[in-house]
Amino acid sequence: MIRKVIFHAVSLVPLCFVGLASPVQADEFDDEDLERWQMEYEVVVDEGEKLFHGGLGNRNTVSCDQCHPNGANTHPETYPKFQQQLGRVVALWEMINWCLQNPLETDMLAADDPKMIALQAYITEERKGAELEPGKH
Amino acid sequence: MSKISRRELLSNGGALLAASSLPISLVEVAFGQDSDSNFTFAYISDSHITQIKGNEFVRNWDRGLIRAVAETNLLDPSPDFVFYGGDIAQLGKPEEIDHGLEILSGLHGDVHYVMGEHDYYVDLGEYWRKQLGPDHYSFDHKGVHFVVLNSILTHEAWMHQKWDTGMDRMKQMARLDNPNGQPFMVGDSQREWLRKDLDKISKDTPIVVLSHSPLQKIFKSWNFWTDDAEQVQALLHPFDKVTVLYGHVHQIQTNQIGNISFHAAMATAWPWPYPSTYRQKSSYMPKLTVEMNRADPFFERDATGWQFIDMHSGRTDVSYLLPDNQNRVVAYDESAGHPVDRTNKAGAGSKPPLRHY
Repeated sequence: MIRKVIFHAVSLVPLCFVGLASPVQADEFDDEDLERWQMEYEVVVDEGEKLFHGGLGNRNTVSCDQCHPNGANTHPETYPKFQQQLGRVVALWEMINWCLQNPLETDMLAADDPKMIALQAYITEERKGAELEPGKH
Repeated sequence: MSKISRRELLSNGGALLAASSLPISLVEVAFGQDSDSNFTFAYISDSHITQIKGNEFVRNWDRGLIRAVAETNLLDPSPDFVFYGGDIAQLGKPEEIDHGLEILSGLHGDVHYVMGEHDYYVDLGEYWRKQLGPDHYSFDHKGVHFVVLNSILTHEAWMHQKWDTGMDRMKQMARLDNPNGQPFMVGDSQREWLRKDLDKISKDTPIVVLSHSPLQKIFKSWNFWTDDAEQVQALLHPFDKVTVLYGHVHQIQTNQIGNISFHAAMATAWPWPYPSTYRQKSSYMPKLTVEMNRADPFFERDATGWQFIDMHSGRTDVSYLLPDNQNRVVAYDESAGHPVDRTNKAGAGSKPPLRHY
């Protein structure tokens, strides 16, 4: 086993030299990347804003912003937290699903559904600057 | 449910078990203890009846109004009349207005209506006026001069621009947090009407003004605001005792500006958050306001409500009846010279201890 490890270590040495010789470092990014990533984020926030303001297509037409203008009173900075009414610690997306099922009278979304991601992006963007206070009531 | 007497409710508005299930506001206008001129009226607002399809409506909003009507009818003594503070409908559709009026037809006695923006912008109030009459008017009752204003008008150019449909205009105005929203205003012609209406009223006559939007400036982004509020206030300043009652904000707000006391009505449909909960913009919540705690969404009627108004000495005491919440009485305090929440201490950002999840 020891012999095998030594063999692998020795075999990697030339690769390290090759890496150092390259002018490109892994994981570097520049302003152009930042701009693109920000744009990608903002596209999802905008999509969330539309979904939040009547874009979910739920039959009863009730929309999230009717109770939460500008996403107010959703306090995303307090999740995860123990939700007394559900009897366990939940993440924000689970409370969004509660709203979808109850006031909006429609189906839940999967945690990784792009619509769920977008709703959370919008809600959190509107709460930008709030101190993280997970668990807070 | 037993009837609730005015005396009981006013003396202990927060503790009464029976009253704790009531979501109305009763207002008493009083002229002195045991005076024959004292009277009460109820005040229901913001039901946002929403049509889904045909005769199917959003159940939650229907239930709020149905409950307010049922419990207003249980008040003892009966209020002299009821004010409806605007936004019967969500999108101003005739079906929504008719359905709301059908529920409201269960009220005993007269109802006076105020125009809300959700009733107005689909057809500029045409159907509402056809059903209910003029959107600004005045009347006298037991020595008090009541004035109703349509305060949810906005710039003429915006209202009358080329819209594909009236519903497009309605949906722009129906979104509270619309970044392209237009400010509410009473407007020149209605202010002129108000000036003439008040001209013939003696300055010691108590005045009660009903509007949908606050006739004061609190938070423009959500139209907790009337653009020409100061000009309207100027017309009211010559009078000794003035009260402005308004809807739209779906929350308790209290203020005093000079001789004018301000009270907001709860909605029967759903509560709005206080503007301070939106981090990105500043607001001007009056310091006299004792904010309600955030609503518990698991209780459908929590942080909704309605009011009864007790008028005495020409001043108004507002009793907020709040299902799933502690009732409140906000009464005019002569020594303080402004309305005071009898249950909770006022101060910047003040609110009662959080008891909800």
